[in-house]
Amino acid sequence: MIDIEEAAAVDSAEGAGIGRGRLVLRRFLRRRLAVGGLVVLVLLFALAFLGPYISRWDYRSHDFDAFLQPPSWSHWFGTSQIGEDVYAQTLRGLQKSLIIGLLTALFSTGIAAVVGACAGYFGGWADRVLMWFVDLLLVLPGFLIIAILSPTFRGRTWLLFVLLLAGFSWMITARVVRGLSLSLREREFVQAARFMGVPPAVIIARHLLPNMSSLLIIDATINVGGAILAETGLSYFGFGVQPPDVSLGTLIADGTHSALTFPWLFLFAGGLLILTVLAVSVVGDGLRDAFDPNAAAPRGQA
Amino acid sequence: MARFLLRRLLNYTVLVALATALGYFLAGATLHPRANYEGRNPPLPAAVIDKQLDELNLNDHTPVVQRFGRWLGGVTHGDFGKTVAGDSVTTEMTRRMGVSLRLLLLGSVLGGVIGVGVGVLGAVRQYRLSDYATTALSFLILSTPVFLVAVLLKLSALNLNQLTGAQLLDYTGEYTPGLTGGTLHILLDRVSHLILPTLSIVLGQAAFFSRYQRNAMLDVLGSDFLRTAQAKGLRRRQALIKHGLRTALIPMATFFAYNFGLLLTGAAFTEKIFGWHGMGEWFVDSVSNNDVNVVVAVTLFAAVLVLIAGLLSDLAYAVLDPRVRI
Repeated sequence: MIDIEEAAAVDSAEGAGIGRGRLVLRRFLRRRLAVGGLVVLVLLFALAFLGPYISRWDYRSHDFDAFLQPPSWSHWFGTSQIGEDVYAQTLRGLQKSLIIGLLTALFSTGIAAVVGACAGYFGGWADRVLMWFVDLLLVLPGFLIIAILSPTFRGRTWLLFVLLLAGFSWMITARVVRGLSLSLREREFVQAARFMGVPPAVIIARHLLPNMSSLLIIDATINVGGAILAETGLSYFGFGVQPPDVSLGTLIADGTHSALTFPWLFLFAGGLLILTVLAVSVVGDGLRDAFDPNAAAPRGQA
Repeated sequence: MARFLLRRLLNYTVLVALATALGYFLAGATLHPRANYEGRNPPLPAAVIDKQLDELNLNDHTPVVQRFGRWLGGVTHGDFGKTVAGDSVTTEMTRRMGVSLRLLLLGSVLGGVIGVGVGVLGAVRQYRLSDYATTALSFLILSTPVFLVAVLLKLSALNLNQLTGAQLLDYTGEYTPGLTGGTLHILLDRVSHLILPTLSIVLGQAAFFSRYQRNAMLDVLGSDFLRTAQAKGLRRRQALIKHGLRTALIPMATFFAYNFGLLLTGAAFTEKIFGWHGMGEWFVDSVSNNDVNVVVAVTLFAAVLVLIAGLLSDLAYAVLDPRVRI
């Protein structure tokens, strides 16, 4: 769909005739660091979901012949106190963290888009009520509230945990989306749609949200990293992913008790965690630059 | 100006009150202090448990609204109820608040100042080696959870101590218990205990602020008013400090405010790992102990922190941006 803003963006790009998407893609590919981040991310996904198949050990199995063994040929990342294979456990944790990060980002940006766009488009009372609600959630310490609620999702599905994480991380973006909607609402193409009798939900979905897609994509990328960090943090205290399942956070929490003597128990999980979040934020940064029409091009090109 | 701040204060106060009430109802509904008694061996008679719970205002057979009313009545007199061990929450809270605030204030002020400095330098010397180095470092720190930073700091302190054969850096508690000696000696001991926990907070804060400050500064660098100031005879450095920095600091006020509230959760990791008995550590322990009154007290503390930070940021806005005159 080509709206006025997108058309303008295409016009301003010196190569007339290329679509916005291809322009963004080209500018993104020129950022070597960001592309590197994307490659790392793909590799991490491959490792998390294919890696378990090349190991003899399952994350639930115990090797009673090897307690607290350092990394070796039979146990690549070593074993834990009770003979669990750290490699299998770390990959399982990586899987959980990646999925939780992605889902939370998706939900959180989704809520922010809908609430922000509604507040901005409808204005008046709807705006005041929604923004007041945003303020309330900002004052409520989300981390503490999820921790308080943790007994209720003990033994339930971790999807509940994802919803809670998302529920406490959308507020600031919603404010930004509201601001954008306020100005978009006055634009000609939105006014025209309104006078033609297009229902508000359709206007929001077809005209408002696509016009801030760059912001939403970037926000979602940043949220992936944030959600992974939040999940590991909560799991570190035992408020997140519950045993027998593992996440990078629970692994690091278990490992740090003996960090000084058996470093392999948490170094692999910690390293993969840092690598994941680092890759995500580098990609996010590259996307931001690629989408930004005012960004100074690195070598004098669009 | 005063009226504007007063209105903000009123708004924030209502929000804090609501947040606390919500916290109370959530904690009252999900935490089960009864479980602390039921698992005992030999088993306690139900009547005894009820009497205990009633005394602590934690009985889940009383409607939560009624419990909340009694708790609220106490709060108006400065009494935040009792812990599951029967101690006064207020007494414990005043002590722990001091511990947390010392850590948070020092960490956030130092982190903020360093972050702003690094961000400004990065923007002014964009695409130089120093810019790349600080950018890479801040990305690395931002990708590392606080608890990992804390544990790694602890590890390196241990290595340093072993290498030098002396206890240069301490990493447990706020001070060495039972230490005797002169004032200087005790002060040094405190400082030695303070370095690592503060560092774990400062690193994250500085990395966070340097990113935003660099962006804000870059936006300002190309602006007309800087060129005008230079054209009127100011040297670049003077123009940057007098006009550039001031403008670039404005958006930081908001970040600083929202961040201060989040800091408490970061501090929970630091306190827990370095053995400081502050509010964060208390909260984490209390959730597992089903200690409703403590959990609510910490929630209130966190909300008040956000409130104070919000007011400060409004104030900073008004001071920095001459257009705000409401």
